[in-house]
Amino acid sequence: MRTDLIRRAVAGAVALLPGLLLALPAWAHVQQGQAAGFLNGLRHPVSGLDHVLAMVSVGLWGAQLGAPAIWLLPVTFPLVMAFGGFLGLVGVPLPGVEVGVAASAILLGSLVAAEARPPLWLGATVVGFFAVFHGHAHGTELPAGQSGLLYSVGFVTATGLLHATGIAIGLIHRWAWGRTALRFAGAAVAASGVYFLWRALA
Amino acid sequence: MKRRALVAGACGSLALWPAAAHAHLVTTGLGPVYDGISHLFMTFDDLIPVVALALLAGLNGPTAGRRALFALPVAWLAGGVAGYLSGIAHLPPGVTSMSFLALGTLAAADRRLSPPVVAILAVVMGLVHGWLNGAGIAAAGREATGLVGIAGAIFLLAALVSAGVVALRQPWTRIAVRVAGSWIAAIGLLLLGWSWRGRL
Repeated sequence: MRTDLIRRAVAGAVALLPGLLLALPAWAHVQQGQAAGFLNGLRHPVSGLDHVLAMVSVGLWGAQLGAPAIWLLPVTFPLVMAFGGFLGLVGVPLPGVEVGVAASAILLGSLVAAEARPPLWLGATVVGFFAVFHGHAHGTELPAGQSGLLYSVGFVTATGLLHATGIAIGLIHRWAWGRTALRFAGAAVAASGVYFLWRALA
Repeated sequence: MKRRALVAGACGSLALWPAAAHAHLVTTGLGPVYDGISHLFMTFDDLIPVVALALLAGLNGPTAGRRALFALPVAWLAGGVAGYLSGIAHLPPGVTSMSFLALGTLAAADRRLSPPVVAILAVVMGLVHGWLNGAGIAAAGREATGLVGIAGAIFLLAALVSAGVVALRQPWTRIAVRVAGSWIAAIGLLLLGWSWRGRL
């Protein structure tokens, strides 16, 4: 078993060798636009209220559901959202992105308001589905002259921090008044989603 | 066999997608060794994969951590010397995003790997990133001793991070490490898209 794993890893390393055989020059250059790229990435997810409410709702819902959803959702959301961003970057069109983002606020808010407890796979699928829209909408908006890497670092960090904020707020779920407050918050997010949807369709 | 063919296919597609590599060098004014040390901490292309590997090694226990601790800087230095001597970077721009994606995904999945596999991952990553560093240093006409600074900084960072992860006892702290892994993988996926677009 162990020998087999080593053999596979060595085969993978050997397969990388063709990359070493294609010669092109290396360039060194001054890094410009690095900090601006990071700050832009950090700012993008918090620049739109529709995104903020949807991402915080993911954290709120995770806190309502408890383990393992409370950690599964924050692990899967950034990956699926990045996949949405990747689709946008390689030019795969996604129709109705703004409608999808608004619909995510409606559905996630409603789930929090109803304190819904679907099977874990279904919850993860719902969150993942909408994460693609959020990634596609925001992951590709890099201004000219800025670093794609630093933008991505800022973008993923801000998204993760929004989830963490939702989870932190959701910790009030342990008290009866907290459970009620969370459900009201979910209803407010859903109502905001209706407004965003109306604006997207107008 | 099928998995091996898939790995070979993925690597082959990377090899067929070549472009010039852009090495980022830092000038501290304190000499090449300090330039190398600051290079690691100022260059996220190299810093984040080192952290990802240290997280993965830590999740896989002290033996894996110890092997990665020595394998990574030595491979980085060897790759750097080879890249410096050749003076050219043959690697496609998407190759560094593969480090983010592969190591981040493995850390997020908390996949149990044997210490030799972790060491091999460290060697492959060290060779690739070291090669790019060495070629960049040569292309910029800088001294190769900068590689010693980079390798030393990697040793220190990997030791601190992997030892910190090994020492974690609370279940939620292990989950936090996995979340960090998923963030790194997500960054890698976006990075792959940016390199596709030529916006790195």
